[in-house]
Amino acid sequence: MAIFTILQYSFIQNAFLAGTCVAIIAAVAGYFMVIRGLTFAGHALPNIGFAGAAGAVLLGIDPVIGLYIFTIGASLGIALLGREATERDTSIGIIMTFALGLGILFLSLYSGYAERVYSILFGQVVGISSADVLITAISSILTLGILLVLFRPLLFSSFDPEVAEARGVPIRFLAMTFLILIAITVSLSVQVVGALLVFTLLIGPAATAARIVQRPLWAIILAIILGVSYTWLGILFAANSTWPVSFYIATLSFGVYLPVRLLSPLWIGRRARKLAITRQNTSLSPGSPAEWEQSDSVPTTGRVPGSTR
Amino acid sequence: MAKVTQQPVITLEHIRIQFGKRTILEDVSLNVNEGEFIAVLGPNGAGKSTLLKLLLGMLKPQAGVVRVLGRSPRRGNDAIGYAPQHRNLEVDLALRARDVVGFGLDGNRWGPGLPSHKRNAIIDKALLEVDASAFADAPIGQLSGGEQQRLLIAQALLTNPRLLLLDEPLANLDISHEQEIVALVDKVCRSRNVAVMLVTHDINPLLPVVDRVLYMANGHTTIGTTNEVITSSTLTRLYGTPVEVIQALGRVFVVGAET
Repeated sequence: MAIFTILQYSFIQNAFLAGTCVAIIAAVAGYFMVIRGLTFAGHALPNIGFAGAAGAVLLGIDPVIGLYIFTIGASLGIALLGREATERDTSIGIIMTFALGLGILFLSLYSGYAERVYSILFGQVVGISSADVLITAISSILTLGILLVLFRPLLFSSFDPEVAEARGVPIRFLAMTFLILIAITVSLSVQVVGALLVFTLLIGPAATAARIVQRPLWAIILAIILGVSYTWLGILFAANSTWPVSFYIATLSFGVYLPVRLLSPLWIGRRARKLAITRQNTSLSPGSPAEWEQSDSVPTTGRVPGSTR
Repeated sequence: MAKVTQQPVITLEHIRIQFGKRTILEDVSLNVNEGEFIAVLGPNGAGKSTLLKLLLGMLKPQAGVVRVLGRSPRRGNDAIGYAPQHRNLEVDLALRARDVVGFGLDGNRWGPGLPSHKRNAIIDKALLEVDASAFADAPIGQLSGGEQQRLLIAQALLTNPRLLLLDEPLANLDISHEQEIVALVDKVCRSRNVAVMLVTHDINPLLPVVDRVLYMANGHTTIGTTNEVITSSTLTRLYGTPVEVIQALGRVFVVGAET
């Protein structure tokens, strides 16, 4: 087919390779962000990274260095806010807008045309060199490897930090390490899809997958499939049109999430109903029904002290 | 049932725990024997959850000696099963009932873990023990409070503990589910001869099954059978204010204590 002829160009091949690496780690990291309730950080970190990139440009150094410094620094800050903090998202938002303000200041102080900063904001998947691909691939494999090692304790501590801690899982260390991995993932993704749209690869596929399947491993695999598909299709469409890659990726991510989000109550509800039927059939209770009736008839208002709820 | 008491499961000697200036526990001493079912009662803030955290090695006493199965408490102790105060699990979580139980088996190990028949068999057995096989593959968000509680108990049992710590497993359950959980914990306690410390606000559902009651108030504790502890004189002494225990319709009510 004609649209595949673009695959012979090396910059398109590089875009596919780097895009694939980023789509895979973003989907895996994104799954854990979804279950840890860290999705907002997935929006904030790239924007904070943008400020770092702008600052680096102002200082005359590689914007990617500023990107990493700011995302990792902000990650450590978020880790220190802790899991319990009810105001965590508010704090993250205020840190993010402060960083954005800095970014705008850096840009206005810079007299030249900050092309590389714009590519950080909007992504530049077709401008990736072979050396960039290699760096992206190696970083992705390392990040993925660490996530695999952390897999079970990270999952356990995401769902039940208290029991995990009692069982000897180092939850503080895990939270910190995981946020640094997010910072690395975000920094890699920013260079492909741009800071404004990292969320679409990070959270989109994982949030969609978690609504379709119920097992962690399957959800992660499905998220990877979705993320890689969005990226490939996005690059393919963009290469054959004048519209940007990020637009296609974001639109695909939205276009799949929306119906899944709207329709998932149907299949989730059906599962629940099936469950209710099996429950009735196999029912299950120790203690005879007569006993229950008896206790039901007893007033339960007077309780032992402390029953304030 | 004849109890073999070679070594107490828990020994506390003159424990004091303070958070800053606030003293939570003062000079607390007690023993819990193998296979004993103990209900832990007391007003909010009396240190019930703190006591569990002490046994789990998650905090250290300012004074006194703690021994769990003859050793100092430490995190990651397989001899203790723990189900903390229950939070309602989110509806959207991509996790099945058996995954929750599986955490108890190997959630603390590194690596992704490979699926195996042996692992599944162990989890199936645990699900059967808590009567949860019917909803083994259901997403946890769709289970009732009582069903989720069964899973947390199954999870806590997977390492074959000698001591089971359950923090408010009866909270937010209606009376029939309350009785189901009590019957389940009693069955587990007797069949496995595992010592149970169950924190609760209401002793009544536990009256037929508990061996002893640990009552905590004002930083102090008293332990004994229900008839010894839940009396007007004992609780008045513990609270330091007049408390009346009323028995009616086979239930006990504590009146007059500040809550």
